[in-house]
Amino acid sequence: MNHPSEKPSHRDLGADLPAVTEDQRHIGVALPREGVRRLTQGRGQYIDDITLPRMAHVVFWRSPVAHMRITRIDRTAAQALPGVIAVVVGSEIAAICKPWVATLAHLAGIKSAPQYPLALERATWQGEPVVAVVAETRVRAEDALALLEVEWEDLPAVLETETALDPATPLIHPELGDNLCFTRSLDTGGVDEAFARPDAVVFEETYVFGRHTGVTLEPRAQIADWNPGRTLDEGKLTVWHSFQAPHMMQDLYCRQFDLQEQQVRVICRDVGGSFGIKVHAYPDDFATVALALMLKRPIKFVADRLESFVSDIHAREHRIQARIAASTAGDILAFEIDDLTGIGPFSMFPRTSGIEGNQVVNLTGGPYKHQAYRAKLNVVFQNKVPTCQYRGVGHPIACAVTEALVDGVAQKLGLDPIAFRQRNVIPDDAYPATGASGIKLEVLSHEACLREAKRVCDYDALRAEQAELRQRGIYRGIGVAALIELTNPSAAFYGVGGARIASQDGATLRLEPSGALTVMSSVGEQGQGTEAIFGQIAADAVGVDLARVRVVTGDTDATPYGGGTWASRGAGIGGEAVLQAGLVLRANILATAAAILQREAADLKVLRSAVVDAASGAVLLDLAELGRIAYFRSDTLPKHFTPELMVTRHYAQRDYPFIFTNGVQVSHVEVDVETGFVKLLKHWAVEDCGRVINPMLVDEQMRGAIVQGIGGALFEECLYDTDGTLRNGNMADYLVPMAGEMPDIVISHVQSPTKSSQLGAKGAGEAGTAGAPGAVMNAINDALAPFQARVASQPITPEKILRALGTLQGL
Amino acid sequence: MNTPLDTPRRRIHVQINGSAVVRDVECRKHLIDFLREDCGLTGSHLGCEHGVCGACSVRLDGAVVRGCLVLAAQADGHAVETVETPTPSARLRALQDAFVEHNALQCGYCTPGMLMAALDLVERRPDANREQTREWISGNYCRCTGYHAIVDAVCAVLEQQRAGRFADEVIA
Repeated sequence: MNHPSEKPSHRDLGADLPAVTEDQRHIGVALPREGVRRLTQGRGQYIDDITLPRMAHVVFWRSPVAHMRITRIDRTAAQALPGVIAVVVGSEIAAICKPWVATLAHLAGIKSAPQYPLALERATWQGEPVVAVVAETRVRAEDALALLEVEWEDLPAVLETETALDPATPLIHPELGDNLCFTRSLDTGGVDEAFARPDAVVFEETYVFGRHTGVTLEPRAQIADWNPGRTLDEGKLTVWHSFQAPHMMQDLYCRQFDLQEQQVRVICRDVGGSFGIKVHAYPDDFATVALALMLKRPIKFVADRLESFVSDIHAREHRIQARIAASTAGDILAFEIDDLTGIGPFSMFPRTSGIEGNQVVNLTGGPYKHQAYRAKLNVVFQNKVPTCQYRGVGHPIACAVTEALVDGVAQKLGLDPIAFRQRNVIPDDAYPATGASGIKLEVLSHEACLREAKRVCDYDALRAEQAELRQRGIYRGIGVAALIELTNPSAAFYGVGGARIASQDGATLRLEPSGALTVMSSVGEQGQGTEAIFGQIAADAVGVDLARVRVVTGDTDATPYGGGTWASRGAGIGGEAVLQAGLVLRANILATAAAILQREAADLKVLRSAVVDAASGAVLLDLAELGRIAYFRSDTLPKHFTPELMVTRHYAQRDYPFIFTNGVQVSHVEVDVETGFVKLLKHWAVEDCGRVINPMLVDEQMRGAIVQGIGGALFEECLYDTDGTLRNGNMADYLVPMAGEMPDIVISHVQSPTKSSQLGAKGAGEAGTAGAPGAVMNAINDALAPFQARVASQPITPEKILRALGTLQGL
Repeated sequence: MNTPLDTPRRRIHVQINGSAVVRDVECRKHLIDFLREDCGLTGSHLGCEHGVCGACSVRLDGAVVRGCLVLAAQADGHAVETVETPTPSARLRALQDAFVEHNALQCGYCTPGMLMAALDLVERRPDANREQTREWISGNYCRCTGYHAIVDAVCAVLEQQRAGRFADEVIA
């Protein structure tokens, strides 16, 4: 029986744009991912599911305090426990793994201190690994941890960003001279003039964004195995890794351990969530590899949840003073922000911890056509968990600040938030355009998205209902946020700064003898559906059924070289490489068919797994027969013709520094003004990620990302005590969104393909997280408007709402 | 003080996915570690090890439990069911199909536990509506999907059930 509700309602979008392939049947279509059926059967293979011969387990003794000098480590008792293989300290690891300093040349002046896999004399945050304990089993290693004796002397901890740069504040790294990691200023000129205009209406507010973290349900995990040769040069390192960028780690292992690429294989199979958490090089990661080299056996490291909270990167922790000026006529004149952000004691390797603040500077005000903009950024060190790039990277902050300011000034002007945005966004016919911060925008659709947002949420009806309910003491709010999101980065993101992080990706397509198609891509799968869309693109590009396509990713021994998953680039960069390889393979198939059939290739087509006559459509040769001849009967082919049925193509986006996407989100909330509780009633998102490969997967990327954005806006915060220890570093006290409190999320699509590629796809992975915090904050402030109350600090807890309402005062 | 090697052990008899299993286990060992390490059933995952995230949800005598809050020794003489069962019920198969159809999983790490919770709902609360479905699965965290598609998938199976699809399979 096929009940109507069994089938999802995702609309196929392939026919909305000109086709990119001859017989486009899969691109743009909401096809389920057959490849994940095994995951519903418990047949996934995540790192902790893998057991290798000789495998041992490592656990780490981590600093229990924010800042300490290590005075004594006595490992006698721990080492004596039967089953314990080794207890290793920092200096022993440092003897084989070089330290690193995470800076980028294009972030002028950024600095950090050398960081080691295990702390040497000092530990600089609660959670920094200090001692490694390796045992035959995980439980035995944990038993041994309890027998380890470490003594330390507490050092003063730098926690507050506001005072980190004061002369009286201790220096975390005295050799750096101050606690400043990175600073940047941007000024277009004209800002003071804009704010001083007689017709200027100014709105000013300070926004606070709490620290939060990714909470991948599968923690960070890896198994490192060293197969020794006679010398270091002959050894082979294999790392099974829960990670987003296998080639990047291959390169880093080579550099830190003095190895060459042919010695290092990184394998990333099933990854249980990543979100940016698993794209950084962590100290315990290098320590695990070092232990494999030292002990010459596989070492498994799986972070437990408590250590995830103090060792996975955190993100955000920004305080932003911001203001906007608009004319009484309703035109935005200028934005100004001053961003202060704390990043922990080190800039994170290799992407640095300066990027998030840098993004805030680049992106604030992004959707709008004002010309005057001034921004200041200070990125400071502190004795907390290092922060780095987590889903959205600066976008949620820039968007929330921008959109709160826009709503604030619109309210002062007495203008409707959507009408005010429609008047001020860069118009859809004005592209390519340059934003006030200097960002290059290829093609965006703010006007179309605002129109669709207004339609899909039935905005006027929501407003009417809101007014009516207010009369009855029910306070609902409607919050709008327009956003831009950078995707498909060129080498401008990391490569130009000296980081060996590839902006290009490759795809290899091979026609198998039976007519099946194998796709090997350097972009891997972490659940978002990368492999599924590559299959859809390859099937259409070559002309075969999707059921005949398999996709191989996540193995540096098997795939082309590439950057992997970050900055919403998998579909746009990796997908284009698949398309280009597929189109060449199709041409090679036709050349092979022409040789077999003694026909002109131009008179032939590949259609649905067969070579057909282009004019009549008559089937001449199916691909299994072509494969049989090409692979096994080369004797029957013309003497100088060799079939090339395996093709590799690479793609890097080089037209713009980034390809921006855009979208609009609308949040509908109800605030209980007695308790401060927020009920999320519904959420709408209109997104434009260019050509949509699979609408169902884009919908789910949007929804998942929106909920992560809502998490930061309402619930998630790493709360530190005054001594620098994390108070809520466990799953019970750190609140991640649950099903019961999340709204239904309606997604609409507008498609403005990028011309930088033939596929025209932009990224879709992070826009949801970018827009949700701004939309939700605006919705809450809209609900609170009758009380002249506003909230500007995320997460927006009931307590903060009650304080804003004045019903809760004092400490 | 006991040294760690003194931890007591116990022989347990457990029915796991229909097969009788006899093992000697440390009394301190949790059911989820027993299933994963001693029985090779790695389909149920560890997400937090303190009873919050639900990734290790399995069924003990038909009731959903957190595998990280139950000791293996407590399962002695009882029946354990995981998503890896070679004989899934029609309802579990329908849920697995619906999860694929609706893309109700991304990374799949929470999925085995989520399916156990969903199966429990389908069996015990056949009249559950969308909001009640959201409430029911709130003990299982998913970090990827935002839950919407999971709710879609579970509600689709609830509707199939109400339409009589599983009428010939009695709930144990």
